[in-house]
Amino acid sequence: MTDHVPEKDAHSGVDTTGHEWDGIRELDNPLPRWWLWVFYACIAFSIGYWVLMPAWPGLNNYSHGLLGQSDRAQVDQAIKDLAAVRGAGAAKLKTATLAQIASDPQLQASALQVGGSIFGDNCATCHGAGGGGGKGYPNLRDDVWLWGGTLEDIQQTLTYGIRSGDDQARISQMPAFGKDGLLQAPQIADLTEYVVSKSGRQASPAAVARATPVFAEQCASCHGVEGKGAQALGAPDLTDGDWLYGSDRASINGQIQNGRGGVMPAWGQRFSPETIKAIAVYIHANSGQ
Amino acid sequence: MTVVIDRTTPPSAAKSPGPVSAAALARRKAGQGGGLYQKRPPIYPKLVHGKWRTIKWAMLIATLAVYYVVPWIRWTRPGELPDQAVLVDFTGRRFYFFFIQLWPQEVYFITGLLVMGALALFLVTALFGRLWCGYTCPQTVWTDLFIAVERLFEGDRNARMKLDASPMSFNKLWRKTGKHAAWLGIAFATGGAWIFYFHDAPTLIRTFWLGQAPLTAYISCGLLTATTYTLAGMMREQVCTYMCPWPRIQGAMLDEHSLQVTYLADRGEPRGPHKKNESWEGRGDCVDCNQCVVVCPMGIDIRDGAQLECINCGLCVDACDEIMVKMGRPKGLIAYDTDHAVISRVEQKKVIYKPIRARTIYYAGALSLVSAIMLWGFLQRSPVDLHVLRDRNPTFIQLRDGSIRNAYTLKITNRGFEAETYKVTFKGISPVTLKTPGESVSSNTLTVVVQPDQVRAMRVFVNAPADALTAPSLPVTFSIRSKSVSADTRTVFLSGEANAR
Repeated sequence: MTDHVPEKDAHSGVDTTGHEWDGIRELDNPLPRWWLWVFYACIAFSIGYWVLMPAWPGLNNYSHGLLGQSDRAQVDQAIKDLAAVRGAGAAKLKTATLAQIASDPQLQASALQVGGSIFGDNCATCHGAGGGGGKGYPNLRDDVWLWGGTLEDIQQTLTYGIRSGDDQARISQMPAFGKDGLLQAPQIADLTEYVVSKSGRQASPAAVARATPVFAEQCASCHGVEGKGAQALGAPDLTDGDWLYGSDRASINGQIQNGRGGVMPAWGQRFSPETIKAIAVYIHANSGQ
Repeated sequence: MTVVIDRTTPPSAAKSPGPVSAAALARRKAGQGGGLYQKRPPIYPKLVHGKWRTIKWAMLIATLAVYYVVPWIRWTRPGELPDQAVLVDFTGRRFYFFFIQLWPQEVYFITGLLVMGALALFLVTALFGRLWCGYTCPQTVWTDLFIAVERLFEGDRNARMKLDASPMSFNKLWRKTGKHAAWLGIAFATGGAWIFYFHDAPTLIRTFWLGQAPLTAYISCGLLTATTYTLAGMMREQVCTYMCPWPRIQGAMLDEHSLQVTYLADRGEPRGPHKKNESWEGRGDCVDCNQCVVVCPMGIDIRDGAQLECINCGLCVDACDEIMVKMGRPKGLIAYDTDHAVISRVEQKKVIYKPIRARTIYYAGALSLVSAIMLWGFLQRSPVDLHVLRDRNPTFIQLRDGSIRNAYTLKITNRGFEAETYKVTFKGISPVTLKTPGESVSSNTLTVVVQPDQVRAMRVFVNAPADALTAPSLPVTFSIRSKSVSADTRTVFLSGEANAR
């Protein structure tokens, strides 16, 4: 590339830049004026920005800017503001009893708000967004409760959990009759038929007859002579239509073999008592009782 | 057959030193290679008197009066609701217009109004040309006002041209300063009036000066002050020519039967200066006085024919009529007329005006249709809405006794101005029991109170015994009734294949 005297392009009548690449020359059209003004305005803006806002990195600090802008401080302030907004309502939840919250429409409404949002963030993982549960995770929307469905029962379950390792956790353990060799496979098959018959379904009469004494001996201590269960022990009712681990024969057989039981965390270790109260009210209000 | 109307070449600067249209000036300059940036040729519209100018003044006063007065009209509404007749309440999410109150979800009424406005504009343009642009467009109204102020400080056309050409002096300085100060004052009053449409006007006018008004009020006022000052003061006709899409769109509405400001070339040509007592035989009525050009706020020469820049304001009609009277010739050399009429006269055919033609029938039809739909929609409008959201997770619950429960969230909107007590009932399955959190008993009906101007969400649990369920999905209806109004909303009750009979 050599220096060229700028020349006029014959076709357009515009000056060229004087540069030439492989015979191609460049027209020296000016930039659109609006574009130039925007460009100058951006430069002016950026200078103002340097002065006013945090901009320049230093070795172990940075220029803070005259406005003292800080995202971290803003978040702190927002959290403080939130606490202030919640203040009045949260204080009421703190002192009110569960029954008071459930009977005062205004308190209940705020408990439902708080409880619903906490439920969505923490409980929905296992119990489902709508509280419908799943296999191994109890349905919270019906009227079947393993450990009791009153507000106080729910509050206790929430606070201390089930098999959570907490000192006051609800604990019970269904024996693994098959895995631990307490019963033989044919006996378990007979018991399966017996349990099926308890919930009003067709079952082999011979197997039911064989299993009757075994049930009385092994199972009735928790599930009751009638198989109605016991909430104090977290023993499920075997006569209803609700099955935590499945209602078909294979699932029932598997449960007698392995005696599974889930774990519910002790939420009292994470949430304040008033938050627990709010969740209890939310679960109770949306349940089937 | 295409008829070419002979318009003699417009006078060039070389031939006659008289005034030339600003547009012609710009064209000539661009032709000489006047640079890449077209400089705006200054336009000095001359004051004119006449019928159309009077109408234009009247429209200016009327439109400005509407703009400034409307927010101050009071309209008593019950309770805490604002007492301003016309109010766009962003904070409360309501739009008030006298006896009408619209919620955000009813914005289709506004959409419908805008559609009606557009169709009405199409119809008027097809019939009478760009009357909107000439008389009522805010750009036209404020530009006209700014020109009037300019005239007040700097005098009419010739005085203004002389002032602009003269070197800076005390006289020039105070006139220019005064003009810009007055412009800024008007611009501020424009922005200041705008914000009253969004807040209670008597409150805002106090808080505004005390510095306690919302930030948006100051920003809106500032923006409108700036745009009014620049658009009406500096940019003027450039807004219409370069920024506004309407001049381009109107080409699709206009045809040879549309009434437009037209130079009657059949009568005017051949044009030329006329001396007193000279014969009018063998020549046109146009005496080439250029009055139509000097009064034009758009800086065009109407004698060049219909053009994009023309806003149909009719000031050149007034200017020409004045001259024609002086010349002792009939008025209306420039008039609201159609291209078809001009061509017919050239061809010596009968002149016909066709206001009713396919285009205007379509526009009028579409306008009537949309208006009818809007009116019907407005008359059908209920003060209560019932929306039903069925829980989808879980879809249904089986209770211990085998009955099935579905949960719904009812959203009840009370648009009325008084609290309403609604009875909630459920149809489609029998027997059922309804329950809502907070009420310990189940029953067939629920009662809910919704405060005026509020939406209330209500959870409803519906229990149905298994043997009442004849299909996995049953159509059901929620109904709410108060003393005066009612609403029904259909939904379904799901129970799953296994549980339905």
